[in-house]
Amino acid sequence: MMVDQPKYKTSYEVDFVIIGSGAAGGILAKELSTNGFRVVVLEQGPYLTETDFTHNEVETLAQDKLTNHPRLQPNTFRKTSSEKAKPQRAVLYGRCVGGTSVHFTANFWRFHEIDFIERSKIGPIPGTTFADWPITYADLEPYYTKVEWEIGVSGLAGASPFDPPRSKPYPMPPLPVKSSGVIFERAARKLGWHPFPAPMAILSQPRPGRSACINCGFCLAFGCEVGAKSSSLATAIRMAEKTGRCEIRANSYVHRIETDANGRAIGAVYFDEKRNTHLQKAKAVVVCANGAETPRLLLLSANKQFPNGLANSSGFVGRNLMLNSGGVTVGVFEHPLNDYKGFAVSRVLHDFYELDPQKVGFYGGGGLDARFDLTPISFALNALPPGTPRWGKDFKSALAHYFNRTMEIFCHGTSLPVENNSFSLDPDLKDAWGLPALRMTYKDHPDDLKLWRWQNERARELLDAAGAQKQWSQPVGESQFAVHLLGTCRMGNDPKTSVINGDHRAHDVENLFLCDGSSLVTSGRGQPTMTIEALAFRAGERITALAKRGEIGA
Amino acid sequence: MINELSRRTFLLRAGTGISAAWISANWPALLSASKHAHSAAVAANPAKLEFFTPEQATEIDAISARIIPTDELPGAHEAGVLYFIDRGLATFSADDQKTYREGLPELQARVTEMFPNAAKFSSLTLQQQDEVLHSLDENAPSPQRPFRASPGAQSFFETMRQHTIAGFLIDPDFGGNDSGAGWKVIGREREHMFQAPFGFYDRDYAGWQPMPKEADKK
Ligand SMILES: Cc1cc2nc3c(=O)[nH]c(=O)nc-3n(C[C@H](O)[C@H](O)[C@H](O)COP(=O)(O)OP(=O)(O)OC[C@H]3O[C@@H](n4cnc5c(N)ncnc54)[C@H](O)[C@@H]3O)c2cc1C
Ligand code: SF4
Repeated sequence: MMVDQPKYKTSYEVDFVIIGSGAAGGILAKELSTNGFRVVVLEQGPYLTETDFTHNEVETLAQDKLTNHPRLQPNTFRKTSSEKAKPQRAVLYGRCVGGTSVHFTANFWRFHEIDFIERSKIGPIPGTTFADWPITYADLEPYYTKVEWEIGVSGLAGASPFDPPRSKPYPMPPLPVKSSGVIFERAARKLGWHPFPAPMAILSQPRPGRSACINCGFCLAFGCEVGAKSSSLATAIRMAEKTGRCEIRANSYVHRIETDANGRAIGAVYFDEKRNTHLQKAKAVVVCANGAETPRLLLLSANKQFPNGLANSSGFVGRNLMLNSGGVTVGVFEHPLNDYKGFAVSRVLHDFYELDPQKVGFYGGGGLDARFDLTPISFALNALPPGTPRWGKDFKSALAHYFNRTMEIFCHGTSLPVENNSFSLDPDLKDAWGLPALRMTYKDHPDDLKLWRWQNERARELLDAAGAQKQWSQPVGESQFAVHLLGTCRMGNDPKTSVINGDHRAHDVENLFLCDGSSLVTSGRGQPTMTIEALAFRAGERITALAKRGEIGA
Repeated sequence: MINELSRRTFLLRAGTGISAAWISANWPALLSASKHAHSAAVAANPAKLEFFTPEQATEIDAISARIIPTDELPGAHEAGVLYFIDRGLATFSADDQKTYREGLPELQARVTEMFPNAAKFSSLTLQQQDEVLHSLDENAPSPQRPFRASPGAQSFFETMRQHTIAGFLIDPDFGGNDSGAGWKVIGREREHMFQAPFGFYDRDYAGWQPMPKEADKK
């Protein structure tokens, strides 16, 4: 798969070193190399391809073949900064070429206009750093369209009356509807709501070198064996490699960004597979290591000149972490849905995208989707109705009955930015390389929990209207586990309250750019990756323009 | 040490909703070692034992057959769960082997305690076997905490339970679930690709129709 990759010497100063090859990093690699720059991508994880992906649940899920490994890179967690954090797995992300986009669910919603300007509309919210973005939906619209067409997103324009304006339809029709989607659509319409075909970063039609989705049923948490899931691996990375100017250097764990006496970044220091240390020199550094590892890397890069961590004069590096609140309500139906077949989600609704705080009594909004995303062992260990025996004859008959008759309604929603919710360096625990472990501090804003409960009620209303034989919501409780890693190096015009500007350039370091989930100012309503990728396309254009005008220096 | 920590992670989870993403990050640590079940077990039965003695194998087989019994449909025995566990353990960390090494004599002691005349677990009646296993199952479901994730792998019984489920339901290409026995039980077709219609409710779906106008955007 690695076609015509150049091999740059570490001592050779490339134009850009990109740290992380995930949703954002893959696209920046493609954009910058296409625009003529010499690029090295340093990725801590292995370079796996379609032939490495399997339907082996034990290997993929239990052994973290595609994901951050709790033994190699352990985390700690605490609720407030007065507590001592305890070792516990706190984050899940993809740790391989393509990053989290390799194994994600692939729900692909654009943010709406409101997401960028909500602070102005609603006013301040006590206890939060709620803010407007320095850019608007209109600024980002062309890049959303670019994402849809270049990497491949299926969906139906105009199907949701709540959709923001778009300049072009989707490049391909929606995926087929599942039984869960039909049940959801019929019941939602009964209630006067507006369900629509889920926009997904999964091909409904083949593209060169990639198959359309074959509905294999091992989708969430698995790598796609046929390239139908529009991960960075299946899309942007391949395009970057084709330029002949981009080297993807896997198994390269960056632990410091080096700066010179003038406070400029000169390159990235990393461990190779054998744990030897190298400095890859570059004219500019672009960090795309996600909302957990980007701030961690900046904090690890503290030095005399930047004692609080690189690019951290605001103190906001690692702060304002947002996760997206989310609840699961489960329904069981009389006849087999066979929802294990296929990808996860086929119908969505956005009627509750923008709730009126005056009416509901809290800030927030979200979307509901219809899905089944559990593979057989996961289902048997975790998803039978409450109170079902855990072994024996009745366990077996419950498995036989429920596996095919179960669907889930997943409620996705806003998280408010709270300054103390953060990623930082654990003072005690070390990772397998002896570096400080990632520490998460998080306590949900009360409004996020209210939204979570409120949406669960809507989900139950829907399942009632659908005639579910049995239904239950998983309990709402304080979050201590993160999948969406957002807001921890936020974008803004004011260097005192943000880490990067609207061009993704660090306020404090002229030739350092950060672009990934950490850039987000607000959380959106649940599916951040479409926006992360649109930002990456836009950042590619901005950075190119700066470089061509000679404004990055060198 | 870290191993032990990740193992406990499973217990630490508080209230948050169990999404599939959470589940995928919080698999029982004990399963994380069963790497080579794969290559070894692709070979057809009868396979040779790598970890258990024949006597131990009889007991393991009997326990797994109570966790997922055989009725008109195949159970753990037919799915070759014994061999899945055996091959897994042959490559397990010392810790996990220990759970079995110490667990089997504990089981024997419990059998003798409860049924002084019985020679071993496998010679008890099925009902007696269940009584013994119930006495070892510290994690019976509690209505108060229905979503408690599978508790850690501390106990021998819990380890056996999770291994049995994994060996019963894993994709048959990867060393368990012989002849797709487990998937037959849950009604999962053993295909690598599927086509719509998938189930009962999408069979007669007429295709996407826009909402009637008056119901449009408020
Ligand atoms: C199970 C799951 C399901 C999800 N489903 C959806 C969904 O349906 N829709 C949606 O919008 N979002 C979903 N997400 C979230 C989505 O995957 C992320 O928002 C997105 O991938 C983040 O993109 P990113 O570029 O910020 O980082 P990532 O995609 O995480 O990429 C970061 C990359 O940087 C690498 N890296 C990190 N640190 C270093 C270092 N020090 N040195 C070198 N390399 C490093 C990582 O290994 C990784 O490859 C899901 C996430 C998970 C875990
Ligand atoms: S369901 Fe489709 S997109 Fe998902 S992994 Fe299977 S083939 Fe790929």
